[in-house]
Amino acid sequence: MSVSSVVKIKIDGVEVTAYEGDTILSAAKRASIYIPTLCYLDGLSSYGGCRLCIVEVKGSPKLFPSCTTPVSNGMEIITNSERLRKFRKLTLGLILSEKPHICSICVANGHCELQDLAKEFGVDHLRVEREWTAHKIDLTHDFLVIDHNRCILCARCIRACDEIEGVHVLDMKMRGKDSQVIVDMDEDWASSRSCTSCRKCARVCPVGAIYVRDKPFSEIKDKEMAKFILSRRGL
Amino acid sequence: MMGELGKINFATVWLSGCSGCHMSFLDQDEQILDLAQKIQLVYSPLMDAKIFPENVDVTVVEGAIGNEEQLNLIKKIRKHTKILIAIGDCAVTGNMVTLRNALDDGAGAILKRAYIETATKNPQIPNDVPKLLERARPLNEVIKVDYFIPGCPPSAHLIKYVLTEIISGRTPNMEGKAKYG
Repeated sequence: MSVSSVVKIKIDGVEVTAYEGDTILSAAKRASIYIPTLCYLDGLSSYGGCRLCIVEVKGSPKLFPSCTTPVSNGMEIITNSERLRKFRKLTLGLILSEKPHICSICVANGHCELQDLAKEFGVDHLRVEREWTAHKIDLTHDFLVIDHNRCILCARCIRACDEIEGVHVLDMKMRGKDSQVIVDMDEDWASSRSCTSCRKCARVCPVGAIYVRDKPFSEIKDKEMAKFILSRRGL
Repeated sequence: MMGELGKINFATVWLSGCSGCHMSFLDQDEQILDLAQKIQLVYSPLMDAKIFPENVDVTVVEGAIGNEEQLNLIKKIRKHTKILIAIGDCAVTGNMVTLRNALDDGAGAILKRAYIETATKNPQIPNDVPKLLERARPLNEVIKVDYFIPGCPPSAHLIKYVLTEIISGRTPNMEGKAKYG
């Protein structure tokens, strides 16, 4: 890390030393303070999409995504409260309702970050009716599969493809609930000429949306991959 | 809430599910004897009772609502039950029973697949059984559910925990315990 000025903040009542340029999440991580995350991944840019890492900042009625909010001197942050737990639980319920997630027939069952978070926050049922629209499953690639029925639009795959592999094959089309991860210009995966078949998208997918066919899911996943590659590049 | 001999009236129901949750319920092994001290089983696939009785204290329901008979039954159950517990992913979210919901004419499509396309002899769609609903539904889309125990199936340990809490008049805390799938 380059020389940068020190910032004093308080997280959950504990004084923490952070640096200018830190986000609340990176400062909390360095101080071993747990904030739940879903779309965030060490080594990738922050996306601020999932809203799981929201925190309270003293003096503001708003909630802030800790992965994109920079620290400032004197900031007092609360990472766990009744209100935050309520909103995190609600957010998880909405993510689970947006697509027909069926854990018992999913390749990621038992290795799924969404499933783990639902357990952690006690999301024991869905309060809104589920969206049943069937989405496409692209099985054209030799071994990579993307099942849009399970995609939570966290954009980890897009960021890994662009920032780590450097090819930017994957991107997002449309907006809101119509958003969908696309390959090249919304083509079949098999017809992509820019995809290097590196599997990084499958490694970072927190759910069972992108996976390697005929491989146990526990072998595909690698949450440390992006961090490792960035550290080797000296970034 | 006391029934016969100071025990609570207890019922279990099996709708569109695989009975795995009932298996998991029985999987409490000898600990089920503790439960048996406190409950009077009044209706269940584990016993011979044809009609769902009135004045049931606690009913545990496995499975999604998949056909017209189940739709009528669950409304009757709700009317006659004080505390209704959805057990297992099918009852809680619909689970794989609801896979047909994503198809156009889901009920028709799966009947055609099961009874016509894959039949080797005398293909015909049965008409003497309850009619499938166009969409399978988790319980809380149709009736009010008081407690949920997700899992496919939920562990015997979790079922025991939730039932013990409820029978003792406490509210179970599902944080860190309930897992889908």
